[in-house]
Amino acid sequence: MGKKMGMWFFLFTEILFFGGMFLLYSIYRYKYSQDFHSGAAEENIILGTVNTVILLTSSLMIALAIAAVKKGKNILSSQLQLATILMGVAFLVIKYFEWTAKIDMGIYPNSPVLLKLAKGEILFFGLYYVMTGLHGLHVLVGVVVISFMLYFTRRETINLENYARLENTGLYWHFVDIVWIYLYPLFYLVT
Amino acid sequence: MTLRNETPVAAGFYERTGKYRWIIAEWMMSTDHKRIGVMYLMALLSFFSVGVVLGFTIRLSLLSPGWLVGQQTYNELFTLHGIIQIFLFIIPGIPVAFGNIFLPILIGAQDVAFPRINRLSWWLYVTGAVIVLLSIFIKGSPPDTGWTFYAPYSIRTPANISIAVMGVFVLGFSSILTGLNFVTTIHRLRAPGMSWFRMPAFPWTLYATGWVQMLATPVLAITLLFIFLGRFFGVGFFDPTKGGDPILYEHLFWMYSHPAVYIMVLPAMGIISEIVPVFSRRSLFGYVAVCMSALGIAVVGYAVWGHHMFTSGMSDTARVIFSFVSFLVAVPSGVKIFNWVSTLYKGSIETDAPLLFALSFIFLFSIGGLTGLIIGSLAPNLHLHGTYFIVGHFHYVMFGGAGFAIIAGLHYWFPKITGRMYSEKFAKIGWLNLFVGFNILYFSMFILGFQGMPRRYFDYPPQYHTNHVISTMGSWFLAIGLIIIFANLIRSIFKGEKAPANPWGGKTLEWTLPSPPSHENFREIPVITRGPYPYEEEARL
Amino acid sequence: MKEKFTEDQAVTTGTYTAVWLALLLLLASTIAVAKLRLLAQFSVLGSLLIACAKAGLVLAFFMHLKYEGRFLKVMLTVAIAALTLLIGLTFVDVWLR
Repeated sequence: MGKKMGMWFFLFTEILFFGGMFLLYSIYRYKYSQDFHSGAAEENIILGTVNTVILLTSSLMIALAIAAVKKGKNILSSQLQLATILMGVAFLVIKYFEWTAKIDMGIYPNSPVLLKLAKGEILFFGLYYVMTGLHGLHVLVGVVVISFMLYFTRRETINLENYARLENTGLYWHFVDIVWIYLYPLFYLVT
Repeated sequence: MTLRNETPVAAGFYERTGKYRWIIAEWMMSTDHKRIGVMYLMALLSFFSVGVVLGFTIRLSLLSPGWLVGQQTYNELFTLHGIIQIFLFIIPGIPVAFGNIFLPILIGAQDVAFPRINRLSWWLYVTGAVIVLLSIFIKGSPPDTGWTFYAPYSIRTPANISIAVMGVFVLGFSSILTGLNFVTTIHRLRAPGMSWFRMPAFPWTLYATGWVQMLATPVLAITLLFIFLGRFFGVGFFDPTKGGDPILYEHLFWMYSHPAVYIMVLPAMGIISEIVPVFSRRSLFGYVAVCMSALGIAVVGYAVWGHHMFTSGMSDTARVIFSFVSFLVAVPSGVKIFNWVSTLYKGSIETDAPLLFALSFIFLFSIGGLTGLIIGSLAPNLHLHGTYFIVGHFHYVMFGGAGFAIIAGLHYWFPKITGRMYSEKFAKIGWLNLFVGFNILYFSMFILGFQGMPRRYFDYPPQYHTNHVISTMGSWFLAIGLIIIFANLIRSIFKGEKAPANPWGGKTLEWTLPSPPSHENFREIPVITRGPYPYEEEARL
Repeated sequence: MKEKFTEDQAVTTGTYTAVWLALLLLLASTIAVAKLRLLAQFSVLGSLLIACAKAGLVLAFFMHLKYEGRFLKVMLTVAIAALTLLIGLTFVDVWLR
C-alpha cells in the first residue's frame, strides 16, 4: 500500500513536470492560434492516430497482465507484458519515422528552414519536438522497466502474493498513455 | 558533579556495523535515516561556509566601488553565493538534516517509508552539488546570470550555465524524492495511537513541505530543461526573435521559486514550534491552528509567485491578484507568530541557546515578513524592486528566519545527535555577535534600498558609500559570531560533557531515546496515549 | 489510524475490454469532431474534453482509481488543481496584457 502511494505521488510530480510544457503550449497557442493551425496541418494524422490506438491497447495489455498475475497466471501475464513491450517499441518506431520525415524536410530546432517560418510555427515545432521527445523518453523508460518486470514474472519473483512492483509499473505506463491522450489532439487535431 | 569526558562518546548509531570494510562505504551505503541525516548535515554546513565566504567577499568588495573585483567577477560572486546558499544549503536544509534524523523518531517509526530512496536522495544531492561546483572550475567561466537564470541572457551567455542548471536539476530530483518519502512516512508509519493531532508540529511542517516539494519542484525541472534545450538546440521558447516570451520564463521560474521559500521556512517554523514549548514549559498555544497554518501557508504560497515580477510587464489584473494573495499568506504566518508568543506568555522561561535563537527567529522573521508586506504592495514595489530593500528582506526571512532556526535546531538537538553538551557560555557569546552583526549588516540594506541603491551592482555613486561601509562592518561581526558558534559546536563534539537522554525536559519521542540513539530507534514501537506537549497536564498531576 | 486503501477489487477482463472499446470510440469521436468541424470554433475545446473523458476512463479503471480510498482521489484533485491554478494565473497575465 505504501509503495502504491509512493508511485501515485511520483505520478503527481510528473503531472507538474509535463504540466509546465502544457502551460507553454496553451499560452503560445492562444497567442499564435493561426500559426499553430498551420503547423498541425504538417502532422501526419494517420501515424498519430495509429500511435494512439497502439498506446491505448498497450494499456489494456498491461492491465490484463496485472489481473493475470493476481490469479496466479504468470505465463499469461508474461505474454501480455511482452505484448505491451512490443507495442511500446512500435510506438517509438513510428515516432522515429515521424521525426526523420520532419528532419528531412529541414524542420528541427534552430534549422534555417524553421527560422524562416512564422514565429508561431517556430514555437509549434519546438514544442512538438520537446513534448513528444520527453514523452518518447518516458515510453522508452517504461519499455525498459516492463522488460525487467517480465523477467521477474517469468522467474515468479512477481506472483500473486507479491505484485506491487508490476502494479506500480502499470500505473506509470497508464500515466504515459494519458499524456499521449492529451498530446494527440493538441498536435494532430488542432487544424 | 560534572566530569569532562575526554574519550569519544560515540556509540549509538555511529557504532560500526561491520558490513563493510571501509567506514566511508559503510556510511555512504547506509539506509539508516540517522546516518543519512548526519551526512547531509555535514555537507550542508560545509556548503553554507563556502556561501558565507562568498557573501563576505561580496560585502568586502562593496566597501568602495570596484576596488576589489571587477564587474564580471562580481556577477559570478553573487550568482554562486545565491546558487550555493539556496540550492545546496537552505532548500535541502532542514528536511534533509533534522527531518531525516528526527522525523521517524518523532512519529515513533524505525525508519522512513522508503529507506533506499532516501539513500538515493542523498547520492543525488552529492552528485548535483558536485555538478554545480564543476561549473565554477571547468573550462569557460562560472555562471554570471544570478541564481535566477533569467532568459534570454541565460541562453546567450558564454558562461557554464548548462552544467550549473543540470546540477540544479539533479538536486531538484533529490528534493522531490525526499518530499515523497516524508509524506508517505507520515501517512503510513505513525506509531499506534499517534493520530494526526497527536503528532508534533515539526512533522506537520515536514508534511506540508513535502507536498510543496512534490508539486512545485517539477516546474523548476522543466524550466531548467528549457534553458538547457535553448542553449544546446536553439529551442527558443523565451527568445523573442523566435516568437518566445521572456516573461514566461519568469512565470515558470517563480512558480517553483516562490513555493521554494516555503520549503525553506516551513520546517524552520516547525523547529521553533518544538523549541518554544520546551523552554517555556508550556503546551504549544493553539496547537491545531499552528498545524493547519502550515498547510495554509503551503496552499496560499502556491499562488503568489507573480509578486517577484511586478515590474516585468505583466497585466494590471494579474498584478492586483498576486498582490492580494501575497497579503493573504501573511495570515497563517501571523497565526504562528502569535501562537509562539502566547506560548511564552506566563511560561517558565529557560534562556538557553536554543530559545535565544528561536526568539531571534521570531523577531527577525517578523521584520522580514513585515517588509514583505511593503514590497507586496504594488506601488512601493515599483520603487523597491531590484533594490537593496529586496536583498534585506529576503536575508531577514531566509537567514534571520530559516538560518537562525537551523542554528537553533543545531543547539537543541546537539545533545541527541552527538551525545555531548555544547558550552552554553560560548553559544550565548556567539549568538550576541551573530544577532548584532546580522542586524547591522542587513538593516542598512533597507535604508540603501529606500535610497535607491540597485542590487547586483558592483559599483555605486558616492551617496551610498556610508551605508555600504556600515553593512560590511556588520558582516564582520556576523562572521565572528558564526565562527564562535561553530567553533563551540565542533569543539564540543570532541570535548563536551556527556549528555543525558533528556537534557531539556522535552516531551517528544526523541528524548525517550539515548543520546545518541542506537541503530534501531525503538526497541519496542511506543503506543501513544497523549498529545505532544503535555506540560500543563503533567504539572497538574 | 491509516488512510483506507481498499484492496483491489478484481476488475474483470470484460470490464477492461469494455473500457478499451469505449476509449477507441472516444478516439473516433475526437477525430470526427476535429475533422468534420462538428463543433465549429469549439473544436479544440471539444477535443480536449473528449481527451479528459479518455483520461478519466484510464484513471478510473486501468489505474483502479474508482476503487481506491478517498485520500488518493482528493490528492489527485489537488495536483490537477495546482496545475490548473498555475496555467490559469499565467493566462490572467497574458490574456489581459
